[in-house]
Amino acid sequence: MTWWHRLWRRSRLEEQLEKEMRFHLDQHTADLIAQGHDPAEARRQARLALGGEEQVKENCRDARGTRWLEDLWQDFRYAVRTLRQRPGFTAVGALTLALGIGASTAIFSVVNPILFEPLPYPHAGRIMMIWDTYEGVRCDVTFHTYRELAARSRSFEAMAVMEAWRPAMTSATKPERFDGQSVSASYFRALGVSPALGRDFQEADDRFKGSHVTILSDALWRRRFGGDNAIVGRQITLDGDLYIVIGVMPRGFDNVLAPSAELWAPLQYNAGNVTNYESGEWGHHLHMVGRLRPGLGVDQARRELNAIARAKVGEFPRPPFASLEHGLIVNSMQGEITRFVKPVLLSVLGAVMLVLLIASVNVTNLLLARGAQRRGEFAMRAALGAGRPRLIRQLLTESLLLAALGGALGMVVAAFGVEALVALSPAGLPRLGAIAVDSAAFAFAFGITTIAGLLIGLVPALHVSRGYLVAGIQQGSRRTAGGRQFMRRTLVVAEVALTIVLLVSAGLLFRSLARLFAVAPGFDAAHLLTMQVQYNGHRYDDDSARRRFLAQALDAVRRVPGVAAPAFTSLLPLSGDQYGVYGAQFEDGNGYDVFRYAMTPGYCETMGIALRRGRLLDERDTAGAPPAVMISESLAKRQFPGQDPIGRRVHVGPTNRPWYTIVGVVGDVKQGSLADRQTDAAYIAATQSWFADDAMSLVVRVRDDVTAIAPAVKNAIWSVDQDQPIVRVTAMDGLLAASESRRRFAMVVFEAFALVALVLAATGIYGVLSGSVTERMREIGVRAALGASRRDILALVVRQGMRLTGLGVAIGLGGAAAASRALITLLFGVSPLDPVTYLGVIALAAGVAAIACWVPAWRAARVDPSITLRAE
Amino acid sequence: MTAKSDLPQGTLDLLILKVVALGPVHGYAIAQRLQQVSRDVVQVPQGSLYPALHRLENRGLLAADWKDSETGREAKFYRLTRKGRAQLETEAASWQRLTEAVGLILKLSAGGAQ
Repeated sequence: MTWWHRLWRRSRLEEQLEKEMRFHLDQHTADLIAQGHDPAEARRQARLALGGEEQVKENCRDARGTRWLEDLWQDFRYAVRTLRQRPGFTAVGALTLALGIGASTAIFSVVNPILFEPLPYPHAGRIMMIWDTYEGVRCDVTFHTYRELAARSRSFEAMAVMEAWRPAMTSATKPERFDGQSVSASYFRALGVSPALGRDFQEADDRFKGSHVTILSDALWRRRFGGDNAIVGRQITLDGDLYIVIGVMPRGFDNVLAPSAELWAPLQYNAGNVTNYESGEWGHHLHMVGRLRPGLGVDQARRELNAIARAKVGEFPRPPFASLEHGLIVNSMQGEITRFVKPVLLSVLGAVMLVLLIASVNVTNLLLARGAQRRGEFAMRAALGAGRPRLIRQLLTESLLLAALGGALGMVVAAFGVEALVALSPAGLPRLGAIAVDSAAFAFAFGITTIAGLLIGLVPALHVSRGYLVAGIQQGSRRTAGGRQFMRRTLVVAEVALTIVLLVSAGLLFRSLARLFAVAPGFDAAHLLTMQVQYNGHRYDDDSARRRFLAQALDAVRRVPGVAAPAFTSLLPLSGDQYGVYGAQFEDGNGYDVFRYAMTPGYCETMGIALRRGRLLDERDTAGAPPAVMISESLAKRQFPGQDPIGRRVHVGPTNRPWYTIVGVVGDVKQGSLADRQTDAAYIAATQSWFADDAMSLVVRVRDDVTAIAPAVKNAIWSVDQDQPIVRVTAMDGLLAASESRRRFAMVVFEAFALVALVLAATGIYGVLSGSVTERMREIGVRAALGASRRDILALVVRQGMRLTGLGVAIGLGGAAAASRALITLLFGVSPLDPVTYLGVIALAAGVAAIACWVPAWRAARVDPSITLRAE
Repeated sequence: MTAKSDLPQGTLDLLILKVVALGPVHGYAIAQRLQQVSRDVVQVPQGSLYPALHRLENRGLLAADWKDSETGREAKFYRLTRKGRAQLETEAASWQRLTEAVGLILKLSAGGAQ
C-alpha cells in the first residue's frame, strides 16, 4: 500500500484498528472469565492491561508513517471549519494581512526589477558607466576623451558614447519629434544586444560626414511603419535629411539609459582636428558606457582608466577643461542608473516591511484574543489525548490558512498597488516598463505569506499549550489570564513603536518637502506657461534663420490675447534640460563651470528673476552691439568678493572670441533641482551667442488658466512655421513640483504607510484594552461597589492604555532616531532629529491612542457592579 | 509472581518477529505466547505491542490478513514476509553474538575477583 493509499483509505484503516483492539479486549476478557474472574472485573483488568485504549490507537496511527499527512489534512479541514465559524474574525485578520502582504508585494514588484534583478542584457554586471569629474561630481565625457580611452584601455570589450538626439519628422499632420540617441557604432555591442532585423551600426557608419543611417525601435517600427519587414533599406526623412533604415531592434529591447529613445543614428563626430579645443568634439556632453572583458573586475578597470587619465601622451592632447587630472568615475551601469532612486526605494521597502510587521503583530493579537476564548476547547482536546506538538500544529495550520487567505487577497491589493505606484512614480525612475506583479513577486508574496503565517501562529500556539491547559478546563479562567495579557501588551507596545518609526519618517519627509518648496527657486513660477520649440530642417542650418524665427515667433505670440511678455531661453530652470553648462573664464584666468542661458530680451522680467546690480539685457544688446553678459549673484560673490563686477569681462564658452562685459548681476536660480547649491550662471543675448541653440524654450506670462491658453500659443508659433515640433508644453509650477517628484513619491508612500500603521496600532490598543476590560469586569465591579467613581474607572483604563502607548512611543522614538539616518539623503533642511517632527508625532500618536483607549474606558465606566458581581 | 524484567530497547521487535515466524498469529496470541514462553519473565506491555506490530507492518517485515480465529471471530493475523524473515535472521544472529559476548565479559570479571 502506498502512502496515499493509506491516506485515502484512512477510514478503513481506522475501522480495522478499532476491530483489532476490540478483538484483543474481548479475548483477554474471555480468558480472564475462564480463569474465574467476575465478568465486569475481567473487563476492567483487560482494559488495564492494554493501557489507555485511545492512547494505544494514537500510537498505532503514529506507527503508520503517514501520520503527518493525515494530521495535516485533518488540521486543514478543522482550520477551514474554525475560520468559517467566525467570519468576522477571519475577515478582519485576512484583510489586515492582505494589506500588509499586498503593500509589500507591490513595493517589491517595483523595487525588484530596478535594484535587484540584473539589467536585461547578457552579463549585465559587466556593463560599466564612465564619467569625467568636475569638482568631484560626475560630468559627461568629451568625444576626444572617449577616443583616447577607447584607444588606450585594454579592460573593455566595447566602449561607446551617446547623447540625446531629437529628430523631427514632418508628415501630413502635425510635425512630430522623436526621442532618439546619437551613438557611437559600438553602442549596441556594449549593451550586448543586436538588431532583430537588418544590421547593427559598423565603424564605417560612424564617420565624420558619413551617410545617414538609422536603427528603429520595435515600437516605432510597428507604430509608424506597420511592422513592415521591407523597412530595412527604405529611406525616411528626419530633420529634412534622408536616412536609410538599416535595422530594427528586438521587441523586448529595454534601453535603460534612455527608455524613451525610439531611434538611433551614428554620432559621426570629427575625429581629426584634435587641437581645436573650441569644437563640439571637446564638449562635455556624452554619456559613456563600456563592457568589461570577461573575468575583469570593476576595480581593475577603474585602476587602469585612472592610470590612463594621469598619464597624458602626446598622441592625445588635452585642453585644461578635459585634462582628466581629477580622475574618472567608473561604476556599474545598474549602480549608476539607480543612484538617485536607490535611497528612496530602499527606504520605501523598509517602510513597507514595517507595515507588514505591524499587520502581523495585529493579527497575532487577534489570535491571542481568540486563544483566550478557545481555551476550553484546547483543554478538552488535550484531555482527549492531543499532544502539545499536535495542538501547536493545529494552531499553526489555522494561522497559515489565515495568512494564505490574506496572501490571496494581498495579490489583488498588490495588483492595484503596483498600478498606483507606477502612476505616482518619480521622474527618472529607471526600468518603468519592467515593473509588474511577476513570478518573482509571486514568489516573494508566497514567502512572506508563509513567514507571516508561521509568525502570527507561533506566539498564540506556544501560549495555548503552555501550562494552563489544565487550568483551562476549570472555570476560573478569567483570573488566570495574566500571561496572555502580558504578551498582548508587549505586542501592542511593539506595534506602537513601529508605528512611531513610520510616522517620524513620514513627518521628516513631509517637513523636507515643505522646506524645499519654501526654497526660493529664484523665479516666479505662477502663471507661467512654457514650451520647447526645436528647429526642424535645413532651412535652419543658418544661425540667422534661427534668430529670425525667434523674433517672428515672439511677435506672433504677443498677438495672442491673454498672454504677455514672451521670451525664449536656451536653458529652462527645473526642466531637466541638459548640456547647458559651459566654462566661464575671467580676465584673471579663473574659470568656473556655469549654466549658460542664451535668451531673448525680457526673459528675466518674464521669469521674475531679480536684478541685483547693474542692468538687465534688453533690446540694445543686438548682434552688432558690444557683447554683454549678466552673471548670477553666486558667481559674482565667488569671483568678485566685495568688489563690483560691473564692467569686468569674461569669456563664456570659447575663449577665442571677444570678451563679454558684465553689465548686470541677477539673483540665483535653481537650475537642476531645488536642493541644488550650484547656481553659477551667465546670461547672454541669443543674438550675441557664438552659436544658435537647436532648441529654445518659450516662457510666457498668462493672465488666466495656464494650460487653456497653450493651444493658442502653439498655433501662433506654427503660424510662423508649421513644421516646428513643439514639446514639453507645461505650466512652470508643474515643472517645479515635478522636480521634487522623488521626495514627493517617498513622502506619499510613507504617509500612506504611516496612516495604515496608525490605524492598525490604534485597533491594537483598542483590542487589548477591550479584552482587558472584559476580563476585569468583576474587578471593576468591585471597585465601583467600593465607591470608585466613573471618573476613577475611566482614568484606570485610560491610564493602562496610555502606559502601553507611552512605552511604545519611547521605544519607537529611539528606533526612529536610528531609522531616520537611512533617510538622510532624502531629507532637506531638516535634521534627522528634528524636534518639531518628533513632538508632532508624539502628539499625534498620543491623540489617536487616547481615542482608542476612550471607548473601552467608557464601557468600563458604565459597568453596573450589581450585575457583574451577581454574574460571578 | 517471579521477578519480571523490562525488555531491553529494541528486543520487542525481535521477539515479535520470532513468534510470528512460527505461523500466522493475531495480536492477542502474540502477547499470550510471549508471556507463556518466557515463563512470565518477559512481561510485554500490551500498550506497546500493537504500535510495534503496526510499525513492522509498515516497514514491510510483517504482512496481515483478516481470518477467522479459533473462536470463530474475524481477527487480524500477522505473518512474516520474506524481508521479515531475513531481518529476523540477522537480528537473531546479532543478538546471539551480543549475549555470548556479554556472558564472556561477565565470567571474566568473576574470574578476576578470585
